[in-house]
Amino acid sequence: MSTPVLEKVSLKSVQSPKRKLSLTGRRSASLSVLFLIFAIGFRGRATLPLDRSSLTGFQESLNSLSAWIDNNRDSNPFFTTFVNVVRNSIEWLVNFLQHGISQSGDTRLIPQIGWLGVVVIIGCVVFAISNLRMALFAVSGFVVLGLLGFWQESMDTLVLTMAAVLLSLIIGIPLGVLAGLFPKFENFLTPALDFAQVMPTFVYLTPVTLFFLIGPASATIVTLIYAVPPALRITAVAIKEVPWSSVEAAVSMGSTRWQALRKVQLPQAKRTIVVGVNQTIMAALSMVTIAALIDAPGLGQVVVRALESLDVGRSFQAGLGIVILAVVLDRSTTAAASKVNSGNVQKVTRRSRKTIFTALGVIALLGTLTSRIFSWAGAFPGNGFLGARISTGVNNYVNWFQMHFVSITNDITDVVSYGLINPMQTLLTQSPWFIMGLAFVGLGWIFGGKRLAAISTFCVLAIVGTGLWSDTMVTLASTLVAAIITVALGILVGTWIGRNRKADRWIRPILDAGQVLPAFVYLVPFLGLFGATRFTAIMAAVVYAAPASIKLMADGIRGVPATIIEAATAAGSSPWQMIIKVQIPSARRALALATNQGIIYVLAMIVVGGLVGAGGLGYLVVAGFSQENLKGKGLAAGLAIVLLGIMLDRITQAIAHKSSKGLSSAAH
Amino acid sequence: MFTGHRARKRTAYVLLVGAATFALSTGGSAQAGYTRAAAKCGTVNLADNAWVGYEANLAVVAYVLKNNLGCKVVVKNISEEISWQGFQSGQVDVILENWGHDDLAKKYITTQKVAVDLGPTGNKGIIGWYVVPWMAKKYPDILNYKNLNKYASMFKNSESGSMGAFLDGDPSYVTNDEALIKNLKLNFKVIYTGSEAALITSFRTAEAQKKPMIGYFYEPQWFLAQVPLKHVTLPAYTTGCDADAKKVACDYPPYILNKVARAKFMTSGSPAATVIKNFTWTNDDQNSVAKSLAVDKLSDDAAAKIWVTAHAAQVKAWIGK
Repeated sequence: MSTPVLEKVSLKSVQSPKRKLSLTGRRSASLSVLFLIFAIGFRGRATLPLDRSSLTGFQESLNSLSAWIDNNRDSNPFFTTFVNVVRNSIEWLVNFLQHGISQSGDTRLIPQIGWLGVVVIIGCVVFAISNLRMALFAVSGFVVLGLLGFWQESMDTLVLTMAAVLLSLIIGIPLGVLAGLFPKFENFLTPALDFAQVMPTFVYLTPVTLFFLIGPASATIVTLIYAVPPALRITAVAIKEVPWSSVEAAVSMGSTRWQALRKVQLPQAKRTIVVGVNQTIMAALSMVTIAALIDAPGLGQVVVRALESLDVGRSFQAGLGIVILAVVLDRSTTAAASKVNSGNVQKVTRRSRKTIFTALGVIALLGTLTSRIFSWAGAFPGNGFLGARISTGVNNYVNWFQMHFVSITNDITDVVSYGLINPMQTLLTQSPWFIMGLAFVGLGWIFGGKRLAAISTFCVLAIVGTGLWSDTMVTLASTLVAAIITVALGILVGTWIGRNRKADRWIRPILDAGQVLPAFVYLVPFLGLFGATRFTAIMAAVVYAAPASIKLMADGIRGVPATIIEAATAAGSSPWQMIIKVQIPSARRALALATNQGIIYVLAMIVVGGLVGAGGLGYLVVAGFSQENLKGKGLAAGLAIVLLGIMLDRITQAIAHKSSKGLSSAAH
Repeated sequence: MFTGHRARKRTAYVLLVGAATFALSTGGSAQAGYTRAAAKCGTVNLADNAWVGYEANLAVVAYVLKNNLGCKVVVKNISEEISWQGFQSGQVDVILENWGHDDLAKKYITTQKVAVDLGPTGNKGIIGWYVVPWMAKKYPDILNYKNLNKYASMFKNSESGSMGAFLDGDPSYVTNDEALIKNLKLNFKVIYTGSEAALITSFRTAEAQKKPMIGYFYEPQWFLAQVPLKHVTLPAYTTGCDADAKKVACDYPPYILNKVARAKFMTSGSPAATVIKNFTWTNDDQNSVAKSLAVDKLSDDAAAKIWVTAHAAQVKAWIGK
């Protein structure tokens, strides 16, 4: 290892991207200058505002569409046969699982398998798919669920998650394999997947209950819509990652295409597919509270009920249950994925494996039988003393915090609102729509060429078509502020925990909690601290979005090749120089990805923002959910969110792509 | 069963073990389970809309149905519009507190005839403009809309620009506030907070910090027991003064809250139908149960029990025997 050579490489890879990007950099700079000149020159003109209660023709036609569906639901054979079959099958599945672990039947006061049985089975299953440490972790997690006083609710949530995940995988994996094999099919699916992931759930909550009625079937379908895309997308990526040469080799040795898929591609893609399973579980769990609005049983109901009387402690108690479920399921599937990866399964002989599994089966069976015979093992004993204590503690803490810090937090709200949100919103809402539109198209053209410019043009015109341009700009302003804070946190915390393993270990559970704790839990304290303002909405979005950015950034920092670090150390860099000049620039691609994901996650919180004073599209979606004559407007607002989301996603992805290309071409 | 099976894949094996355990446990007859007493009344599906006043009606009705008639009560946590949908699909039997909703009433009661109006609950709803109590005390004339402009600048905040902020809550309620402000020439801007939680929290913090706040609110509401907001007088309501939504310049009409039921449920001969039809009580009754639920954090049944025990004669009259 001769240091001089390495140093050359490192210098090149650090500096070249800057040079590479300078052309696009110059272009974007001139675009911003032009934009500002025109925006200020034409301000206040062609801003396309629309009154709260007014409807455009397009929005009215959406109203009549939903009325048409409503009227033809009973006569149309598609609705009567297909929908009923789907509903009945899902209902059967959910009922079956519920009677197993959560609900008492007509003849029993406790479910078929009592709490001890469930805990033992979970322990055995987790042990089988990962390891003993994980199994113990899962068992203690489930016991805590009972101690919180929400055993039955937790099991209901688990049941719905299992049903939704099972169905998502049944739909998502085969379609994902197809999408991985046939790029045309993938191109065809992509818009639908974007739609399913970005369209706010509130928009289709009422129509879904029209078809699938109130209850678990609708809740499962709502969850499915959100959870299928990650399963499908990650499976497609997994299939595409398998080197084409290994498929060709198999075919040349006489395999059919089907055999090549089964023997070569699927086994090699397995690890990534397990990651997809993990993401699907997380997506399903994030729908728990929303599904509760259409009577999905479980922890979400507790959260929604507690919100009625603003009982922060109790909603936190239930939210904690959701976090525990999520962390247990996440860690055990991640451990399973790395086990598949390291391939240590093969080390154990088939015989001893058989013995282990038989033993596990017997243990699970014994646990189940015990839970059916003894009442202490059936219904969870005690009445959740831990939960009550946590609930009181949280309530006291929140009150104390609010009393002492509210003037500071009010000042923060004002500083950010007057200093950042208001100017940003004025700029975006007061510029003519065509100037803003041209800015988007220009960005698309600079970073993604003609194709992206075309996509941006379409999105801009379609947003204008929804009649909600001005509201879209209000939402965009808050979204951008939230994205700025998210990315800043991503860089700061991500770099920190990327460099420091110890910090990573205790920060990471907080990040997980931020991603799965239902927003409803922290909305009330946030409202108390920051008022019913756009800033509260922004803070809620940051809580949800920053963890993703931080995790991606930390991965990027860790992914900086050791050779570069060594070279920089040898050249006498101080830690500060190392971070600023070496690690962050080298993790450029991760930074761009963190920005992209940050924005997407922020967009997912637009509707939640509408519940706490953000106005804009989020409020319109909520209003459409609760008022018959605003349904069309709510749907239009949902469409505008999707269009804005697709445009921001593609542009930031293109930026990410460009920076990674700059990096890789520099490295060669 | 599973030792003879040559399961090659671990996952399949695990699933199999799980399924076998499950099959065995469902197959074996209940050791720990025991049969429930069969109910004569049958099942009653009650919609549960998400506000505490509704919850109070629900708690008491459900308690009486369960304990006095032996009904099986199924509570469905759903929003108002979805509750009405339930009449058509047969999934909801009763809505226990309905606030207006003329469009839905027309659709499901008049046109489709799947629902019937069961008359008033006895609770009177007031919708209007409210200010925090400390302001009403310090500036008594603020309770008349004519003086609002005098104080408008106090209500300015980061969201309202140069005008005073007027807060609206849950968008389920149809509000005339934007039109009212315009037609009464008030220097205020409506801020749509988007939820009841946001509205109540804002009122609560404003009162605690002695900050100005005005907004849309309603009675009966449990929160008024904690922070007694003061009602601002608007030009009096007369029939038809709110006919044109754009030209409204008068107060909200008084709401007679009512119960709505599924038509077929009412003709089913269920004894529960009679109780629900006869159910009426006062705002004070509802507030006392709502307080037990929201402030004392009692369970539905515990809160209902307190009220029912104290009002045995009234409950007897509902049952009608």
